[in-house]
Amino acid sequence: MTAPPGTPLAGQPDSDPARRAPAVTLEHLVKRFGEVDAVSGVDLEIRDGEFFSMLGPSGSGKTTTLRMIAGFETPTEGRILLHGKDVTGVPPFDRDVNTVFQDYALFPHMTVGQNVAYGLMVRRTPAAELASRTDDALRMVQLEGYEKRRPAQLSGGQRQRVALARALVNRPRVLLLDEPLGALDLKLREEMQIELKEIQGQVGITFIYVTHDQDEALVMSDRIAVFNRGLIEQVGTPADVYEHPLTTFVASFVGTSNLLSAAAARDILGMDGTFTVRPEKIRIGAPEDSVATDEHSALGRIREVVYLGADTRYIVALDAGGELIVTQQNLQASSMEALAAQGRVVRLIWQRQHVLALKGGTTTSGEAEGAET
Amino acid sequence: MTESPFVRVLLRVGTWLVLGFLYLPLVILAVYAFNESRALAWPPPGLTLHWFGEAAANPAVRAAFLNSIIAGSAATAIALVLGTLASLAVQRFAFFGRDTIAFALVLPIALPGVITGIALQTTFKTMGLNFGLMTIIIGHATFCVVIAYNNVVARLRRLPRTPEEASADLGADSWMTFRHITLPGMGTALLSGGLLSFALSFDEIIVTLFTAGAGTQTIPIWIFASIQRPTELPVVNVVALVLLLLSVIPVYLAQRIAGETAGVTR
Repeated sequence: MTAPPGTPLAGQPDSDPARRAPAVTLEHLVKRFGEVDAVSGVDLEIRDGEFFSMLGPSGSGKTTTLRMIAGFETPTEGRILLHGKDVTGVPPFDRDVNTVFQDYALFPHMTVGQNVAYGLMVRRTPAAELASRTDDALRMVQLEGYEKRRPAQLSGGQRQRVALARALVNRPRVLLLDEPLGALDLKLREEMQIELKEIQGQVGITFIYVTHDQDEALVMSDRIAVFNRGLIEQVGTPADVYEHPLTTFVASFVGTSNLLSAAAARDILGMDGTFTVRPEKIRIGAPEDSVATDEHSALGRIREVVYLGADTRYIVALDAGGELIVTQQNLQASSMEALAAQGRVVRLIWQRQHVLALKGGTTTSGEAEGAET
Repeated sequence: MTESPFVRVLLRVGTWLVLGFLYLPLVILAVYAFNESRALAWPPPGLTLHWFGEAAANPAVRAAFLNSIIAGSAATAIALVLGTLASLAVQRFAFFGRDTIAFALVLPIALPGVITGIALQTTFKTMGLNFGLMTIIIGHATFCVVIAYNNVVARLRRLPRTPEEASADLGADSWMTFRHITLPGMGTALLSGGLLSFALSFDEIIVTLFTAGAGTQTIPIWIFASIQRPTELPVVNVVALVLLLLSVIPVYLAQRIAGETAGVTR
């Protein structure tokens, strides 16, 4: 595998011109643990003030990259710049970044107030300022009145907020978040996602957010870097990454993998390579339905119907080989109607512009332009 | 669960026998501390607190008691400092030969006291040290270090690393992180290790015999020397009871503090 260039691949016009140095610059970052390459050559620029997510499965190198930015790991090769200044060899306590840990890492023997004030205390902030900034930070995360409690007396969501306040009280220029919502239940996680985004808007600093949850990355981020096996496969806005995945991995990791390759690609699309169509772009018609010139279609049989409440997911076995997943909103259909579709022979229809060519796997050239209008 | 009534009775009797075997001598010792008579006779003709006063007034007992307290405290203090440093080195840093060193640190606990004693005596003689309280302290510290090390290393193994990383992340240098985060995290392990060290030093006799020299007595040495003199017997009983309590209570407290922690056993 080769590393794609680290500069934004999507060619998005830069809405934030280079009047400021990037918040974080990673230059060919490598981290080796013994024989194992955790990170094998990452180049990245993270802009000042953006909400940037590092998305990838476990073991993809995203957390190690974050820990190198924080200073907990020393890179084997490469350089790290914070706001243009080389900090590669600088210990964590001399870096202007703060971290929210996955397990919160609260100090169990201190109260909430002491936890939040810790960074100010070790930097010998005057007492009055320390008190007022601690209060402000606790107010920001809606934990006023909890100063005297111990971490053990808090719920998971409250501990999460304490960890956030403890980092933000130091007014870092970059905040690192290592899967901070991983331990929370779904409902709380969704609330916290929105809240985190709001807090980032308030404080206006760069957030670097590590997650394996694609939905979380899509909801919160200005831009996303997709990590796989120690390398970045793609960097772009959520819309870029979702709608224009560059590689097979990105297409399958972000969203449902709906791949057409080999014989199916030749029969249905008339092209060689690996292609993807997002499940919500496909509509289900009768076999005799007509197909417009700017559309592709494929015959198949509905193998399985998964009713999801608001949506229904149809898994369709294609006559040409392989499967496609189709999701449809249940605007009219009841669950009974949806489930009755199982076993039906159907024609799947989608617009040509929604077919994307992918790199990786068995692709030949894999230029996306062929499928786009 | 499916034992026959006979087996159940047998197990119950066996348990009581073992308990009796372990504790009956201690009970007899405790009762004799209140014995009115100078002679050992069962049952004692009457009970008295007289010998406690006698023991407290005995200058040799008082000197030995003071020596034991000083030796126990000093050996414990040395052990806590050295044991903590060693456990931090072994647990927090990777270096060549780390596993060997970790093993070498706990090995002395398995050495017979006679070996430790004679080795120390030879060393002190070679170095030309005067035998006395100082040599006792050094001798006791050798095995107390192992206890402190074991307790702290067990705690460090269980302590999560991320609070230390969080502390560094928030601007604390290594020393501040140690003082504000690591040390409080080790607190109860240090306390239980210290109590165990003290208890161990307080009733130690073999190493003490080799390192004490002629003029210095600790409580166990005084008991050992006085037991042969019948006139001292009632006072010996009292002192032994006090020694028993002073060694058992710290061990009990240490177990309570350490909770489920492994490594409190000697």
